Amino acid sequence: MLLQQLINGVALGSVYALIALGYTMVYGIITLINFAHGEIFMVGAFVGLLAVSKYNVNVFVAMAVAMVASMIIGVVIELIAYRPLRKSSRLSALISAIGVSIFLSSLALMVFGADAKAFPSTAFPVRQIKIGEAEISSLQLLIIGISALLMLGLEFIVKKTKIGKAMRATSEDYNTAALMGINVNRVISFTFALGSALAAAGGVLVGVLFNAVSFNMGLMAGLKAFAAAVLGGIGSIPGAMLGGLMLGITEVLGVAAGFSSYRDAIAFAILVLVLLVKPTGLLGRKIQKKV
Amino acid sequence: MGASLQNLVAGMDPYFLQIIVNIGIAIILALGLNIITGLTGQLSLGHAAFMSIGAFVGALLTIKTGLPFSLNLILAGSITALVGAMIGYPILRLTGDYLAICTLGFAEIVKVVFLNLDITNKALGLSVPPAHSSIPMPIMVWICAILAIVAVTFLQNSRFGRALKAIRGDEIAAESMGINLARYKISSFALGTFFAGIGGALYAHFLGYINPSDFSFLKSVDILSMIVLGGLGSVPGAVIGASVLAAAPEFLRFMSQYRMLVYGALLVFLMVFRPNGLLGGVNFVDLVLRKLGKKPQLAVRNGKKGE
Repeated sequence: MLLQQLINGVALGSVYALIALGYTMVYGIITLINFAHGEIFMVGAFVGLLAVSKYNVNVFVAMAVAMVASMIIGVVIELIAYRPLRKSSRLSALISAIGVSIFLSSLALMVFGADAKAFPSTAFPVRQIKIGEAEISSLQLLIIGISALLMLGLEFIVKKTKIGKAMRATSEDYNTAALMGINVNRVISFTFALGSALAAAGGVLVGVLFNAVSFNMGLMAGLKAFAAAVLGGIGSIPGAMLGGLMLGITEVLGVAAGFSSYRDAIAFAILVLVLLVKPTGLLGRKIQKKV
Repeated sequence: MGASLQNLVAGMDPYFLQIIVNIGIAIILALGLNIITGLTGQLSLGHAAFMSIGAFVGALLTIKTGLPFSLNLILAGSITALVGAMIGYPILRLTGDYLAICTLGFAEIVKVVFLNLDITNKALGLSVPPAHSSIPMPIMVWICAILAIVAVTFLQNSRFGRALKAIRGDEIAAESMGINLARYKISSFALGTFFAGIGGALYAHFLGYINPSDFSFLKSVDILSMIVLGGLGSVPGAVIGASVLAAAPEFLRFMSQYRMLVYGALLVFLMVFRPNGLLGGVNFVDLVLRKLGKKPQLAVRNGKKGE
């Protein structure tokens, strides 16, 4: 029973982690809480749904299409709504992000309507696999596998490639990186593209897992993923993965323990408790205060 | 006097009246958040939660007791302020965005708790009976709004207000000038949430029905947008921002289904073209004094003044 719940938790947690990575990367580079990120997750889910239902592709192709589409959207959003505000106060950029978020969710409401849409059952044939007491669906395995693969890919890009090095340099010190000849604008666009692609993958996976895609799915998922990013220490990539998994597992265990009506509060209660003990998150760097 | 006020309100167009009341309540809420975020510089993403505490406390006081409404308002505000101070005590140790996410998390927890309590009637929401007061609710709202505007204007230029601005400017410098950071931050939090509580109680009694889901993250964001749009830390800014954004959904109503779409785009464009808000960095008292010749005109306006 416990094993079963753990697997459910890891599956949910890996999706949170996928979304949280986008928050944490953007924050690491331009210290902006990108509130529109949850909506990109939602848009990704819709693009995937369209690909599956209109063109009858399988779930992997749909995910790739959704990732590419979201990449473009993410980069365009940064260009229009955040880049002009890079030099102004951070709160203005935050409100701009909230504006984008309201815009995208009401656009989705207009285009797709208010009720949740279901993925066609042909998108991914689900089989149940028995491991001892626990019963895992092939879907959960797929989610865990794809998330792990994407996170490894991200780790590779950030640690081993030239653009990854530029990303790390920019997040370390924006101005110095620019002085060293790094094209900071390109790095920021790339970061948005990367984060949006991961969120879109998460969106398609959640859409298939819960068999529901709706215009307001981005809000709660985005807030929880953001909580996960902060829990792990915002700006830290391993922190986002850890935070996502932790929130997913505790949420599922909390629901299993009978607190299902408090479901949405569990993630935030843990967040608040952890921050009180460790004010910069689990793996966050200590903030140096200087005069 | 009560009767003539009743007649005055009864003679007004109810639709117009509702917009006016919405603006009044928005002003009270925005001024409260303006103390926390605008003056003290502590970003709070959970103002709606404090509004909901005030709304439910006020509603329950009317339902369970026969307290006069003015006393009820003060109690609702004070209890909210007490909760605000209690929450503020641990979380104000956090800085910047960690504080913001903590207030957001707290707001979500409050919402879920209210959705599960019997006394708040769970997800069904609470019907609020008319207030025990001879003054009609719209007048009451505007009395409170005007009191709030006057109070915050005086507060801003008081010793207390200057201490808060010093904290916003630089915490370490403020501390070395002898400002007790923790005490001032908690006081500003308590004061801001006091306004939120009063706004919530007024909202509950004007509408006659409250539901925990009405006080969601989006409501907090709405209030935050008002003060950023108007210009952080400016009282006229908060009043104008609150009036514009509280009335905007009504003026955009002719676009029916495109309303929220336009609202979102509007937020982005306003921020891109006026990053410091409509009135950011404009000091009205100063402006009037200069116009009257009581103070010398500024030769050059420094572009960075709105910071």
